[in-house]
Amino acid sequence: MARPFREILEAKSFVVTAEAAPVKGSSVSKTIEHITLLKDKVDGLNVTDNQSSVMRYPSLGICLLIKEHGGEPVLQVTCRDRNRLAIQADLLFAYSRGINNVLCLTGDSVDVGDHKEAKQVFDLDSVQLIHLVHTLNSGKDMAGNELDGGVDFCIGTTATPSADPLEPQLIKVEKKLKAGVSFIQTQAVYEFDELKRFTEFVRNIDEKVKILAGIVPVISAKMAAYMNDNVPGIFIPQHLIDELAQAPKGTGIAKGIEIAARMIRQVKEEGVCDGVHIMFIGREERVPEILEAAGLL
Amino acid sequence: MNGRIIAFCCEHSAYPAADLAGRLRLHYPESLRVIRVPCAGRVDVIHILKALEKGASAVLVLGCEDGACHHITGNIRAKERVKQCNVLLKEIGVDGRRAVMFSLSPNAPHKFVRVANDIAKTMKESREAR
Amino acid sequence: MEEIKQAMALYKKILVAGCGTCVTVCWAGGEKEVGILASQLRLARSAAGNDIVTLEATVERQCENEMVAELKDKVAEVEAVLSLACGSGVQTMATMFEDKPIFPAVNTTFIGMPEKEGLWVEMCGACGDCYLDRTGGICPMVRCSKGLLNGPCGGTRKGGKCEIDPDKDCAWVLIYRRLERQGRLDLMREYYAPKNFRAVKRPGKIQAAKA
Repeated sequence: MARPFREILEAKSFVVTAEAAPVKGSSVSKTIEHITLLKDKVDGLNVTDNQSSVMRYPSLGICLLIKEHGGEPVLQVTCRDRNRLAIQADLLFAYSRGINNVLCLTGDSVDVGDHKEAKQVFDLDSVQLIHLVHTLNSGKDMAGNELDGGVDFCIGTTATPSADPLEPQLIKVEKKLKAGVSFIQTQAVYEFDELKRFTEFVRNIDEKVKILAGIVPVISAKMAAYMNDNVPGIFIPQHLIDELAQAPKGTGIAKGIEIAARMIRQVKEEGVCDGVHIMFIGREERVPEILEAAGLL
Repeated sequence: MNGRIIAFCCEHSAYPAADLAGRLRLHYPESLRVIRVPCAGRVDVIHILKALEKGASAVLVLGCEDGACHHITGNIRAKERVKQCNVLLKEIGVDGRRAVMFSLSPNAPHKFVRVANDIAKTMKESREAR
Repeated sequence: MEEIKQAMALYKKILVAGCGTCVTVCWAGGEKEVGILASQLRLARSAAGNDIVTLEATVERQCENEMVAELKDKVAEVEAVLSLACGSGVQTMATMFEDKPIFPAVNTTFIGMPEKEGLWVEMCGACGDCYLDRTGGICPMVRCSKGLLNGPCGGTRKGGKCEIDPDKDCAWVLIYRRLERQGRLDLMREYYAPKNFRAVKRPGKIQAAKA
């Protein structure tokens, strides 16, 4: 059985998490392969929740599979698809099956996904969601009723260090920190200075929260341009797009891995934050290469 | 359709041009009816639609050249309204060419005649095609 | 236009009814638009060899029983009514003239105002639980595409534009700038608890108190 994420956060000086994206369908064999490949190489394995508003097998389901296979899951909960009743109910279920790490997110708009005519819920936002989990942790539901069987979640959230403008985003981050989170997994960071500025801001408010820098490998200049325009919260700088453009044909993935590993090494060596969160969606099987190139294995 | 062409003619440009064409005995279609307006901008979408409802095969809106409008922006408004008409006509499956705007100067009787003859020809061809 | 033509397909004599208030100011359903739509329908039907007779009428407010009652005689003459009013007007007509099919000719979209001539933007979502006092006068429910009370989300585009549309501003960036300008950023730093989405139980109903 895997070591509880909450303990690892306290004990380890450099924490590594990765992401496994569910498939669009009931077939879990591929996901189980990824789980098996990654579970012992990372400290926690996130499972996305209808990521980019594309309907997929639920995060909760994959988290159960991770538990079954001896990994340490991080359940991602967004506010887009479920109201406060459904979220609380899901959390009770998750906890009862041994899933006790939750990442609280607002969620992408349905406009970026494949069910563009769906009704967006957003009964809550991410800050309210963090408060909600604390309430459940204290033995009550949001309506003030006592719980018959409590929960004890390790709470995390996201942040976007490269937001522009940055100040409104930081005000929200401050609200999240005041609500109380144990870890932050940031959106993809490509500029070291942006990361530093962000971690300094966070440390001034909360010295104990663990910050894991988001690492999203980019494998071509075209992909970078696409992501800049279409993926919320991602801002890939021009100099990286140029570096990718110059990579010889067929070496895109290797280049992407190289850049990602370089970033991770720099983060680790300079001790600027507490770890990294690697998101290589669609290419989960190549995550070990990144870990290796970054000297983490 | 009764084959008529309704031409809304601005009194500062198209009307004098049409008048001059007449005095010079230049030929333009008998089916063309001139309606004198103080400015092309006086013509609105509903006037064009109603003219077509009454059976006109085409409606011309003729105003001053760019920058020469006696009322400053009347010709610009007219152009936009004719464009809007093209959209409204397309929505109901009607040939958008049946509403057109042209600019000309008061001393351009030949242009007036050319425009009139061209539209008559286009409408005749499209009638025969059907 | 296709939907309207389809809806009117069975009818030979209709009333095209406009409203002199909201739909007039946003150029969707006033007297002028009634004239144009009626003309389009007549042209289309005549071209199809299936003429339609259209009566035209515009009342001051189609959401007022007394004003709608003025149309009684015209409604009696026709087989159906095509109303260019907002949903409230269409339904007032439908309630007043229960035996006559009343059709909407426009889609009612939002409560807004003209940012500049010809450009209307949404301002209010009629949520019944106003937060404008706390956000410097910018509604987080409808001007933020996710309706967040503790925004912004992490999807704001460069330059403070909304995740869903680069031509739309992120409401929370607007709120930030407004409050900063007024020296009231403390309002944005406050935690806002989950909204009461049942402040207005639909269908809404308000009874004035008797004097």
